[in-house]
Amino acid sequence: MTLQFLADGLVMGAMTGLGAIGLTLTYSILRFANFTHGDLISWGAYFTLVLATLIGAALTHDLQPLGPFSFGWPVVVAGVLAMLLTGLLALLLDYVLFGRLRRRGNAIVMVIASFGASLALRSLLEFMFTSEPTYFSRELQIAFPVGAGIRITPDQLCMLGLAGVLVVAMHLLLTRSHIGRAMRAVSENPALARVVGIDVAAVIRTTWLIGGALACAAGVMLGLTVQIRPYMGFDLLLPLFAAAILGGIGSVPGAIAGGLIVGIAESAGVQLIGANYRAAIAFLLLIAVLLVKPTGLFGVRD
Amino acid sequence: MLDLVGYGAFFLVTALSYAIICLGLNIQWGQTGLFNVGVAGFVAVGAYTSALLTTPPAAARFGGFELPIVAGWIGAMIGAGFCAGLVGAVTLRLRADYLAITTFGIATTIQLVALNTQGLTGGPFGIGFIPRPFAALAERPLAFSTANLALVGVVTLIAFVAVERLARSPWGRVLRAIREDETAAAALGKNPNLYRLQAFVLGGALMGLAGAVQAHFIGFIAPDNYVPALTFQVWAMLIVGGSGNNRGAVVGAVVVWGLWSLTGFAMSAIFPPEQQARAAALQIVAIGVMLAVILLVRPRGLLGERKTVSRYVEAGDEAPP
Repeated sequence: MTLQFLADGLVMGAMTGLGAIGLTLTYSILRFANFTHGDLISWGAYFTLVLATLIGAALTHDLQPLGPFSFGWPVVVAGVLAMLLTGLLALLLDYVLFGRLRRRGNAIVMVIASFGASLALRSLLEFMFTSEPTYFSRELQIAFPVGAGIRITPDQLCMLGLAGVLVVAMHLLLTRSHIGRAMRAVSENPALARVVGIDVAAVIRTTWLIGGALACAAGVMLGLTVQIRPYMGFDLLLPLFAAAILGGIGSVPGAIAGGLIVGIAESAGVQLIGANYRAAIAFLLLIAVLLVKPTGLFGVRD
Repeated sequence: MLDLVGYGAFFLVTALSYAIICLGLNIQWGQTGLFNVGVAGFVAVGAYTSALLTTPPAAARFGGFELPIVAGWIGAMIGAGFCAGLVGAVTLRLRADYLAITTFGIATTIQLVALNTQGLTGGPFGIGFIPRPFAALAERPLAFSTANLALVGVVTLIAFVAVERLARSPWGRVLRAIREDETAAAALGKNPNLYRLQAFVLGGALMGLAGAVQAHFIGFIAPDNYVPALTFQVWAMLIVGGSGNNRGAVVGAVVVWGLWSLTGFAMSAIFPPEQQARAAALQIVAIGVMLAVILLVRPRGLLGERKTVSRYVEAGDEAPP
C-alpha cells in the first residue's frame, strides 16, 4: 500500500470540507438539512463552465494556460462571478421556497421541499447540458513527486491552497466581523438574537450567499480535478453530511476537519476494498458518529 | 378501444403498486412523523428478496429457489421489514433530520450492494425471468393485464383495510400522539421509540411488498429501478394525496402516476427520439416543481388528514365503562 491515498484523500477532503462549511452554516442558522446543497455545487461548476466558455469565445487570441496549471485566467474570472451567481441562486431558492415554508415553522417540511428542489435542480442541469461529463480543460497534467512515493498535480496543489485560503477567510469572517458574530448568535439562539437587535433576515441572506459561494468554489475544484456532471454535487451529498455532522453542526473548523477525515477515509477505503463501495464509506462514518458522539468533534448542540 | 382498456389496466397495476408504497410511507410519515428518504432502498430489498425466492435456479448467482409467488411476496415483506427494523433500531432515536440523512444513506448503500454483489443480485444486469402471475395468459395482453389488475387490486385493498384499521386502533392513536407530542405520549407510559420502530418496520414491510408486486408484474429488475427519483415520486404522491390520510395515499399515487404518464406521452410527442433522455429530465423537473407548489399552496394535499378519534368519543362525552 503506497501513501498516494493520503494526497488524493487530502484533495478530495478539502473539496468536501469546503462544501460542508456551507452545509453546516445553513444547517445551524436556518435549522434544516438542506438537500439542495449538493446541487448548488453542480450549478456552481456549470455557471463557471458557461461563463468561462463565453469569455473564451469573446477573446480573439489563443489562450495559454496559467503557469503550470491546466486552466487559463477565464476560468478564474468565471469562477469568481459564478460564486456570486450561485449565492444568488441560493437566495432565489430561499425567496420562492424555503423562506415561505420557514414562516410556517415546520423544519421537516423544509427538508421535504429541499429534497424535491434538489431533484428538480439537477434534472434541470441534465436537461440543459445532458448527463455527459465535461471538463474545464483538456490539458493533461503531469503529477510530480513530493516524497514518500506521493505524486500530486499542480492543479491539486492549487486547489489545496485555495481551500486553505477560503477556510481561513471564513474563520476570520465568523470570529472577527460584525455579521459573523451575528451569524453565530442566530445559530445559537434566534429569538435571543432578535431581541438584542440583530437583523435576522440579513443574517439569513448572508448565510445563503456564503453557502452558495462556497458550494460553487467546491464545484469548480471538483470540476478541475475530476469532471463536471449534473450529478457531481448530489453524489457528494452523503460525504458532505458526514463531514458536517462529524465536525459538529455549525462549526467551520469542524466541517473542514470532517471533510479531510471523510476524504482520506474514502481514499484509503478505495485502495483497500476497491472503488465500488466508495459512497458507502462516508455513510459508515456518518452512522458511527451519530451512534458514538452525535454532537461531532467540535459541536456543542445535540 | 380494447387497447385502451388494456392500457388502463396496465396503468392501474403500476399506480396501485405505488399506492402500496405510499400506504407504507403514510404509516411512517403520515401517522408517526418519521421522515424516511430511503423508500427506494426498502422497495429494492423487497423486489430482490422475492426475485431470489421465486426465480428458477441460476448458475451465475446465489439462489433461484423456485418457490411460489406468494412465498416470494411474504418473503419480501419479511426481508424489507427486517431491514427496516435494523435501520430503525440504530437511527430512530436520532433527531428527525438525522433520520432523513441516514435513510438517504441506507438507500444509497442498498443500491450499491445491488449493483456490486454480482453473485447475489446479478449486479448491473439485474435479475430476469421473475415469474409473472397469470403467466399462462401472457398471450392475450388484455386478459393478462385485467387478471393482474384484479390481483394487485385485491392486495392493495387488503393493505388499505389493514392500515386503515390500524390507524383507528389504539395503536394508531399512540403513533399520532407521539408525532404530535412525544413527551406527553411518554408521560402516559408509551415508549415512543418502541412504537416508532413498529411503525417503521410495518411501513418498510409494505414497501417491500410493493417492490415485489412490481418486480413480478414486470418480470425483470435492475439496480437502476431503485434510484432516489423513486423515493421522490412516492413522496410527491403522498404529499399530493394528503399525508396522514390512507385514502389520500392511494388517490395521490393514482393522480401523480397519471400526471407522470401523461407528461411522458407529451414529452415523447414533442421531443425527437434523440432528445428523449433530456425530455425525461424535464419530466422530473415538472414533478419537483409540483411538489414544491403543493407544499406552498396546499400543504394538506388533495384529501388531507381527517380527525380520527376513539369511537367512544364520537358516540358522546361519556367514557367507556
